[in-house]
Amino acid sequence: MPLTTEERLRLEEKAHELRCLSVDTVAWAGSGHIGGAMSAMDILTILYHKYMKIDPKTPDLPDRDRFVLSKGHVGVGYAPLLAELGYFDKELLKKYNHTGSPLGMHLDSLKVPGVEASTGSLGHGLAIGLGMALGARLKKEAWKTFVLLGDGECNEGEVWESAMAASHFKAVNLVTIVDRNMCMIDGPTEEVMGLEPFADKWKAFGFDVLEVNGHDFKELAFALDKALAAKDKPVAIIANTIKGCGIDFIAGDYKWHYGSFDEETKARAKASLVRYKEARLVAVGLASGVAAGPLPAQGKEPAQ
Amino acid sequence: MSKMTNTKPDSEKMSASEVYGKTLSELGEKHPEIVGLSADLAGSTKIGLFGSQFPDRFFNAGIAEQNMFGMAAGLASAGLVPFVSTFAVFASMRALEQLHSDICYPNLNVKIIATHAGLSFGQAGSTHHCTEDLAIMRSLANLAVMAPADGIETAHAVRAAYERKGPVYIRINRGFDHTVYDRPDYGFEFGKAQMMRDGSDLSIICCGSTVWRAVEAAKMLEESDGLKIRVLNMHTIKPIDKEAIKKAVKETGRIITAEDHNIFGGLGSAVAEVAAETGRPFAFKRLGVPDTYSIIGKHEDLMAHYGYDENGIMAAAKEMMGRKPYTY
Ligand SMILES: Cc1ncc(C[n+]2csc(CCOP(=O)(O)OP(=O)(O)O)c2C)c(N)n1
Repeated sequence: MPLTTEERLRLEEKAHELRCLSVDTVAWAGSGHIGGAMSAMDILTILYHKYMKIDPKTPDLPDRDRFVLSKGHVGVGYAPLLAELGYFDKELLKKYNHTGSPLGMHLDSLKVPGVEASTGSLGHGLAIGLGMALGARLKKEAWKTFVLLGDGECNEGEVWESAMAASHFKAVNLVTIVDRNMCMIDGPTEEVMGLEPFADKWKAFGFDVLEVNGHDFKELAFALDKALAAKDKPVAIIANTIKGCGIDFIAGDYKWHYGSFDEETKARAKASLVRYKEARLVAVGLASGVAAGPLPAQGKEPAQ
Repeated sequence: MSKMTNTKPDSEKMSASEVYGKTLSELGEKHPEIVGLSADLAGSTKIGLFGSQFPDRFFNAGIAEQNMFGMAAGLASAGLVPFVSTFAVFASMRALEQLHSDICYPNLNVKIIATHAGLSFGQAGSTHHCTEDLAIMRSLANLAVMAPADGIETAHAVRAAYERKGPVYIRINRGFDHTVYDRPDYGFEFGKAQMMRDGSDLSIICCGSTVWRAVEAAKMLEESDGLKIRVLNMHTIKPIDKEAIKKAVKETGRIITAEDHNIFGGLGSAVAEVAAETGRPFAFKRLGVPDTYSIIGKHEDLMAHYGYDENGIMAAAKEMMGRKPYTY
């Protein structure tokens, strides 16, 4: 079902709020993986605030939808989302990275309610998600499993072993999303270890592939609807995103994979997020006015 | 990367990994057969310093550690000397079987310099803590294992690794270590424990981040209790300096080991194996991570939490000195 205007406005508002809380969290933590948190925030927001069946008060609800953050380093993006949903006290974000805190750089499923797997070592998440999806099928349960991968992470052989197995076992209740922000730590993905033709790789492994703008809720909803209706082949959504999206002085810069904010840069980041939010509302037709500038991250048109 | 807030931060000095990158670049100038590999951690492990100086001799394998170790095996079999760098947790576990079968079994000349070892990446949590590598690496035949105490010793270890034929694993920390040595000519020798202080009451055998802490503990115990404590920096874990351990058993009768590692299988176990074979009675205590997955936090806080910082070492030494002498 396409999103209503109210839903789109609500998601825009929520994603903005979470991007800001994520900037605060990086400041509380001392440092963090801000670039990949910002590129993933719209994806996380639409999953948790529109698609996933969850109950933050009962994190282990047996028929909840599962989410595995395979690019586990973006805890500073994921923890604010979980806290804000009520999985745990938001005040805990202020203790992020502190000695003895349950919240560290990579969120730990034994310490943080709502986290399904202790990720952080890249390449593990799709296999775990596939196992969950097969588990649901065996138990004749309707819940779905969503996995979010980084693009650099897709260098790992295990990702492709899982991809091969997901199509072999026809895991159509598994939704694979790749945050295609074109960056990894040592540089742009295509310079460090080329992934292209990326969509063709997923296709060759037996997936239906949807390429969308990962910062456009309409396009994300279109792709997620298709993925959830998959019948014979699992779906991989390649979400074209911008690392550091919304913060002008870090957007698109691979060097901002990991960083810290002092008071001044934190204020600049937040001001930039406000401008970004307003420009985006205009660009997607949810507000009138002149967009503050060209919006980055123009994804390809969704394949019909 | 944020700096660790050690009790005495020494941020003007270079971190151990920076010293590694610089030393490797110097070696690279003299030895054209040296090549470098990393897995999207060229910047973090500082092998990137070598990479920018010798771009044709550097391969970034992307985030694909198993492939990187296999490539290193192939490069070594073609006569090159690969230095491979990633975080210790991935070097010792993700690519372990490639290391075992493709590198150590054929005894290939590959040098693994693993950073962020022990609990030095404490805030990153259990998927990035690495308190198993010494145990794992010690059990691979042909592989030499080292854990230098600071930047200066890291330079020695890297050069020694190059000099030695066959595979070598070196673990170093993330961030800044306390300076243990103020000058390089202290007599470093591969496979020989470095006596930091001599003494006859008790020996503390340590490596890596615990060396500075053991020395501090020994100094404080001398001041407070007049104890004469021998501190042995066992920078080479394998082959281990058996003579130094046997002498410590014979001459001090009390042994404490301290390591930034699980107390199972690492330095403490290696020392115990040699010490037990002396057939002599001795008092013995291993300090380290007590067979658990560590809590999250700053490196020095975690070492204090598990009782192997200077205070933990002091307490263990005092407790041991208070025990009744062994009766046969
Ligand atoms: C197995 C493994 N190797 C290396 C790392 C170190 N590391 C953390 S994040 C990262 C880059 C990830 O890039 P990408 O998947 O594209 O994530 P994003 O750009 O979305 O943050 C690397 C190499 C790791 N966490 N796990």
